Parts: sequence; structure tokens; C-alpha cells
Amino acid sequence: MGDLGEFCRLYGNVPVDQFRGYGWVFCSGVLITLLVGVACIPVVIVLGLLGAWAKLSHNRLARSVGMTYTTIVRGVPELVLILLTYYGITLVLQNVLSAIAGRQVIVDINPFLAGVMTLGLIYGAFATEVFRGAYLAVDRGQIEAAKAYGMNKETAFLRVIMPQMLRFALPGLGNVWMVLIKATSLMSVIQLEELMRMSDIAARAVRMPFTFYFAASILYLTITIISIWALHRGESWANRGVRRA
Amino acid sequence: MGLDAIYDNLDKFAAGLWLTMQLTLISSAIGLALAVPIALGRLSSNPFVKWPIFGYMFYFRGTPLLVQIFLIYYGSGQFVPALKAIGLWDGFFREAYFCALLTLTLNTAAYTAEILRGAILGVPHGEVEAAKAVGMSRVLRLRRVILPRAFRIALPAYTNEFVFLFQATSLVSVITLLDLTGIARDLIAETFRSMQIWIFTGALYCAISYFFFWLFRRLEWRWSGHLRPRPGMAPAKRKAAGAEPAETPAIVTR
Repeated sequence: MGDLGEFCRLYGNVPVDQFRGYGWVFCSGVLITLLVGVACIPVVIVLGLLGAWAKLSHNRLARSVGMTYTTIVRGVPELVLILLTYYGITLVLQNVLSAIAGRQVIVDINPFLAGVMTLGLIYGAFATEVFRGAYLAVDRGQIEAAKAYGMNKETAFLRVIMPQMLRFALPGLGNVWMVLIKATSLMSVIQLEELMRMSDIAARAVRMPFTFYFAASILYLTITIISIWALHRGESWANRGVRRA
Repeated sequence: MGLDAIYDNLDKFAAGLWLTMQLTLISSAIGLALAVPIALGRLSSNPFVKWPIFGYMFYFRGTPLLVQIFLIYYGSGQFVPALKAIGLWDGFFREAYFCALLTLTLNTAAYTAEILRGAILGVPHGEVEAAKAVGMSRVLRLRRVILPRAFRIALPAYTNEFVFLFQATSLVSVITLLDLTGIARDLIAETFRSMQIWIFTGALYCAISYFFFWLFRRLEWRWSGHLRPRPGMAPAKRKAAGAEPAETPAIVTR
């Protein structure tokens, strides 16, 4: 991420004396935070759809896998899951690879990748519940009608169920997104240089912790506000064909 | 297997769990007590009451808990002389324990107040009208009709809030407190048994989380006795009476 840091140092300087020339850390931090958040979206959606499919499946094995997945994620704190995947899996990989290679192997997982994977895994479980609820909210008559037209399962899902699911799932997914963005701050414990970590570094360097953490919190708040606005727009778009009472 | 790293340190785990429990129970109790006036203030029509409370709730719900913990624990260091002058430095802001407690309390109070606000708005209007019709005063109405009903409505959502608060206490390990997560991190630095210790810690959190879910489910059952179908009711009517409670989606993490 060296180029990004350089870019922010050159162009992202916040012209306020208060930050003693460290204003750029916010620019770079926000960019990484948003990057982690956006990179998580596909993971969350794929895992959420798979999880919902598993939980709604007639196959007992698939159902229990889906159950186990959501049960574990709901029961264990995010921080523990993050530390478990980052440090635990690194160590296990290291031991296994060392045993195979017959010499000491040092494994170094990229914190960005580890963060995206872990957060994706955690919020995929929440998306599972969202998609499951959305699927169940689609009118049964719609699915029957699709069958009556002779659509096969895939076509019915793509043309009938999916577009309606989107409408029901959007508020829940928006909620997941906003929680996810806040959870990216936990990535600072695995040294990913996102907003929290960057403001932490700067706060220690200039010994103004309150100023820097407060500024960081206002930036998180700004992301939340923009997300709420965008979601509102998105929801009215998804509901454009629905008559309001 | 290397399980001795866990077995030999069970007393440390117990100490960590005790701190985690303390933080959870104390902050949730104070948070709940604060949430009632906060929710009522949020619903007030006085703009000088309503908007500051809205700002407080929005801030604590819209920013990560980790930032809030850092802001209070490390951030207070920027105001040492002022805090010393009012006697809040030594013995309060200097201690990670009290800072963690303060942050968790403010945080859960904001989330709980939002849940309560929704619940108060969800109290059927007819019940409030009936209370008015029998001549109850505002305070009496609140005490006898609105709040009891709102608590019952809020319970499923509050269950999630409580369990996620319990899980969120793991963040205090970042400010050097030795709660369950803090102990686990310490032991890993000592023994290098990271996989075993993390899985054990995770399992412990998971078991306690589901114990709380179960406990609240019992409470819900007790509080909804008058809504349950009487024995011998027809199946269709049982369903209408809410014998099978709707599953609430669980998205209240921070």
C-alpha cells in the first residue's frame, strides 16, 4: 500500500493546523477502511446466499452445516474470531508446511486478505439470516406462477424470486454493511493500516489522542450518514414498482 | 495435543471470565437504567431535550466501540490537568477498568434506548387511550401501562443487545485489561498454543452466549403467559395466539 500512502501524503493533507501535518493519515485510513468494506461485499453476499440456500435446503447435511455456521458466528465475539483466524491459522499453516518441507517455514498472511476473509465469514452469517428471511417473504403464489409458466428452477430463481428477494433483503443488507464498516476498526489489532490504526499511530506520534480518535470517530460517523442516505435511495429504487398504502 | 496449556491455566481463565462477567453485568444494569429516561427524552417534543439525546444516540450507535474505548481511555490523557482539578483523574480515568465500564455503559445505553424507543412507539394506541379514559395521569400511564408493555415488546431485541454486549466486552483486552480475551492473548504469548487457546476461548464465549439466549427465552416465556394459548385450543387458534414466536433477525452487533 506504499503508493496509496504516498498519494495521500501529497494530496490528502487536511489544511488544519490542529493535526500538526498528520491530516493525511485520515485520507489514507478512510481509503483502506472503505477498500476493506467494499472487498468484503462479494464474500458476504456469496456466503450469505450459500448459507441461506443450505439452511432452506431439504438436504439434512446442508441444513446442519448452515446451522453450525450461523450458530458459531453468533456465539463467538468478532475479535476472537479475527485473532483466531489471523494468528491461529498462521501458526497451523506454519507448522503443517514446516512438517511437509522438513525445515522451518515462515508464513505471513497479508492482513488485508485475512481481514477481508474473516469479516466476510462473520458477516456472511448475518447475511444468511437476511437472505433466508427475504426468500421466505417472497409470495408463494409468485413461485407457483413461475412453475405454471414452465420455468425451470434456475430461471424461476433468476427472474422471479431473486428480484423480489432483493427488495426484502435490502434493508437488512444495508444494516449488515453499516455494522461491517464499524467492525473494520477491529482490523487495527492485526496491524492493518485502516482508519483506526492510522489515527492511533498519529495520535501516539503527536501525543494528542483525543483530537485524533475524535476525528476518526467523526469520519466513521460520516461514512454511516452517507450509507444511510445511499440506502434510502436504493430502497426507494428497489420498491419503485410497489404501491404504497 | 498441547491441551495442558489450557488445563494448567484454568484458574486464569476463571479470573478472566469473572472480569468479563463483571463488565457485562454492571454496564448492562446501569445502561438499562439510563436507557429508560434516554428513550423518553428522545420521544419528548421539547427540541432542547430531543436533539441532544438524538446526537448522543447517533454518535454511540454510529461509531465503532473500539474507537469509543480508545477515545475515553487514551483520549482522557489529553486533559490530565483539567481532570485532576475536578478529581476524576486518579482513581477513575487513569484506570482502564473504569474507562472500559464507562464506555460500555454509554454504548449499551444508546443501543438499549433505541430499542426501547421503538418498543414505546409500538405500544398499541388503544391501550394508552384506555389508560387515559380511566383518568390515569401521564406518569401513572407510563408506569402502569406504557413501560411494562414496552419492556415486553423490547425483550427479544434486548436479548440480542445483551448477548452482543457480553461479546463486545472482549474489546477491553485492547486497553490492557485481562478479561477472557486478554487472558487468552497473554497465555498465547506465553505458551504459543494459539489454536488450542483460541478455540477453547471461543467455545467458552459461545456456550455462555447461548446460555444467556436460553435464559432470556425463559423470561420471554414467563412474561407472555397471558398471550399463550390455553390447553385445548384449536391448532389454528394456537398459531394466531402466537404460540410459535416469530424468529427475530439478529443484527445488533457493533
